[in-house]
Amino acid sequence: MYPHTSHVHNQPILDVHELNVRYNGHSVLQEITFHLHAGEQVAVVGPNGAGKSTLFKVIAGVLSPSSGQVNVFGSGPVGHVCIAYIPQRSQVDWHFPVTVADVVMMGRSAKLRPLTWPSKQDWKLVHEALATVEMSDLAGRQISQLSGGQQQRMFIARSLAQEAELMLMDEPLAGLDTPAQESLLALLNRLQQKNVTVMVATHDLEQAARYFDRVLLLNRHMVGFGPAGQVLQPEKLMLAYGGRLHMVETEGGLLALDDNCCDGSVDPT
Amino acid sequence: MNALLDALLQPLSYAFMQRGLVAAVLVGIVCAVVGTYVVLRGMAFFGDALAHAILPGVALGYLVSGGAREPLFWWALGASIVSALGIGAIARKAQIKEDTAIGIIFAGMFALGIALISSVRSYAVDLSHFLFGDVLAVSLRDLGIIVVFGGLVILVVFGLYKEFLTLSFDPVLATTLRMPVGLLNNLLLVLIAVTIAVSLQTVGVALMVAMLVTPAATAFLLTKRLPYMMALGAALASLAGVVGLYLSYYLSIASGAAIVLTSTAIFALAWTGRALVQSRQQHDPAGA
Repeated sequence: MYPHTSHVHNQPILDVHELNVRYNGHSVLQEITFHLHAGEQVAVVGPNGAGKSTLFKVIAGVLSPSSGQVNVFGSGPVGHVCIAYIPQRSQVDWHFPVTVADVVMMGRSAKLRPLTWPSKQDWKLVHEALATVEMSDLAGRQISQLSGGQQQRMFIARSLAQEAELMLMDEPLAGLDTPAQESLLALLNRLQQKNVTVMVATHDLEQAARYFDRVLLLNRHMVGFGPAGQVLQPEKLMLAYGGRLHMVETEGGLLALDDNCCDGSVDPT
Repeated sequence: MNALLDALLQPLSYAFMQRGLVAAVLVGIVCAVVGTYVVLRGMAFFGDALAHAILPGVALGYLVSGGAREPLFWWALGASIVSALGIGAIARKAQIKEDTAIGIIFAGMFALGIALISSVRSYAVDLSHFLFGDVLAVSLRDLGIIVVFGGLVILVVFGLYKEFLTLSFDPVLATTLRMPVGLLNNLLLVLIAVTIAVSLQTVGVALMVAMLVTPAATAFLLTKRLPYMMALGAALASLAGVVGLYLSYYLSIASGAAIVLTSTAIFALAWTGRALVQSRQQHDPAGA
């Protein structure tokens, strides 16, 4: 195993304090402050270019903040192997010559020492992770042969094999059909039972409100953070989305429609 | 049948052909294994540039040693490693696009190499030796160098298999697993550099990229897992080395060119075969 930091367990799993990120002179994230406790599930919503991917990459310790702090169990993210970043599916080379089990095993490589090869125990954990995401029968399949929902679940299995305690999922629901979305949301529910903390970037406000403990509304700065009922208020949504969001009064209440929902475009950050 | 056997055995009565065959096979294997990462990471242009960028180093060694060919490997190795890390650093830091930066350095270094060699009287002969190599001029000592340094490269690729695999498929994952990503990236550049230095004698500077890319790309078309891609690439590169050398012997064509042409033909076959299989599957989705 590569050098990593041990956890201080009375600290929150994630503590983000006055985080600022500037990139090429432009401010990408401003004054982000929130913290999460183990097992919480949070939806991160905001328009394209709101900085969702950047926020995740800073939390994962892949990008450095310009100022402010990210603490995971009481220390900076760079020492931790318990954080999994699950990329947008469009960012992955699906023709890479690996099988589903190969990709999941990559998560184990955090626990293997340099110059060593996976043991029987590692393969057992890989197959357990695949069983959790209901993909045992696809272990030997080349990754280009997977559906969108299977691709997403494979990456969750990889994070389980990594024994990740904080999973950052970048637009996992985008472009999936309804059954695949439902199966993924059910899987998130099972992760909560395992006390895995999850942050999910999503365009779907309705799902964010229905399936997640809390919502972080983002548009470069943090517009709101808390239970969906408090955060997804018309005035806050207008602040985050500007003219791109249409409010529709219906009998059931206020309906918010995001213009760029599901357009398949890639978050430029 | 006897005639065919004779045709196969007759060239082997020459020691230079035996050494050439061994060299072609060994270099083919090393290039294909390292080339797997060159193909998967889209580094073909980098490999081509690096091969050309070592020319001034080799030329300098040639001038310093007064035309002796023995020390050239070490000059090639040094020039190759320095160029690899240099190109890597400049490509990361330059304000222009990476391939543009590589192109500028590559052409500049190559021109410097030609300028240096052109100061020698036997210019044309020497230049063509570096550009195209001569596998039939491989000495026992050269073979020893190929075995030691090629073996070293393969050992590192296997020892750091999971690291290079993870880094190539998903560099963000490698970072969150806290692998030494910068170090591993540079190590891969050095491995490519050593491979190029080892292969210089066999194919020369100009055709090097084909050794790195073509067998690995052929294997990419035909396999679905990295270890198989490496193994098949190595097997195809060995086959191309042997067939190419026989073609070179009987058709009197340059050995490096013959090996690369054979490799290209194998790629074309694999590509056509795969396209045919795929179109048949499309017409007959049940696979019956």
